Amino acid sequence: MQTADFDAGAEIARLTAARTDIGAVVSFTGLMRADNQGKAITGMLLEHYPGMTEGELARVEAEAHERWPLQASLIVHRVGALQPGDNIVLVVTAAAHRQAAFEAAAFLMDYLKTKAPFWKKEISADGQAAWVEARASDELAADRWRLPPAGAD
Amino acid sequence: MSLARQPMRVKLLYFAWVREQTGKAEEQVDLPAEIATVADLMQWLQSQGPQYAAAFQRPEVIRAAVDRRHVRPAASIAGASEIAFFPPVTGG
Repeated sequence: MQTADFDAGAEIARLTAARTDIGAVVSFTGLMRADNQGKAITGMLLEHYPGMTEGELARVEAEAHERWPLQASLIVHRVGALQPGDNIVLVVTAAAHRQAAFEAAAFLMDYLKTKAPFWKKEISADGQAAWVEARASDELAADRWRLPPAGAD
Repeated sequence: MSLARQPMRVKLLYFAWVREQTGKAEEQVDLPAEIATVADLMQWLQSQGPQYAAAFQRPEVIRAAVDRRHVRPAASIAGASEIAFFPPVTGG
């Protein structure tokens, strides 16, 4: 968690520096758009739960490392005041081969969106502020990574 | 021999619109001993004044964490030191 911006290229370079075991790096950067469902948005406030956020991100990252053979991973999430065009979130996964890196990056984003305690408040062009509502599609995206119960075939 | 039914002191945290509606980010409260679950606690909070009544009038849209772990409404709060209430998360 940080209020400052991040440089995705620099973060990837730092993650892979001096490594010769990484054959694939996938990164996802989420940016702030100036519209939400047709409404013009001029700013955003990102709130989080200090203490729980770190724990949830560490947990989803550990799960990704259990499920895919990752060599390295990184999650950066900004909090505080943001403007359209600003970076919000960065997920980087590194593996020997591309499939693990692609899948783990998608998993991390889907889980982060439904588990990590962040809340967005949007400020629209008319000065109104409104909390962003969670989307059912995000829950469905996270559900597809659910493992079958132990013992199921 | 009687069972001790002592009030339980916990720290409550509120985030996003739950924080705005209760008017506070956190508070220490002494809970009556009969409050056993997260759902019980939300129902009790509804009775703690008009701001709480407004914040918790639709408990089904509020999520909770006990000691910084996501839990369901039926979860026990026994032994908890920190309980948080918030809307469904919207990060990423």
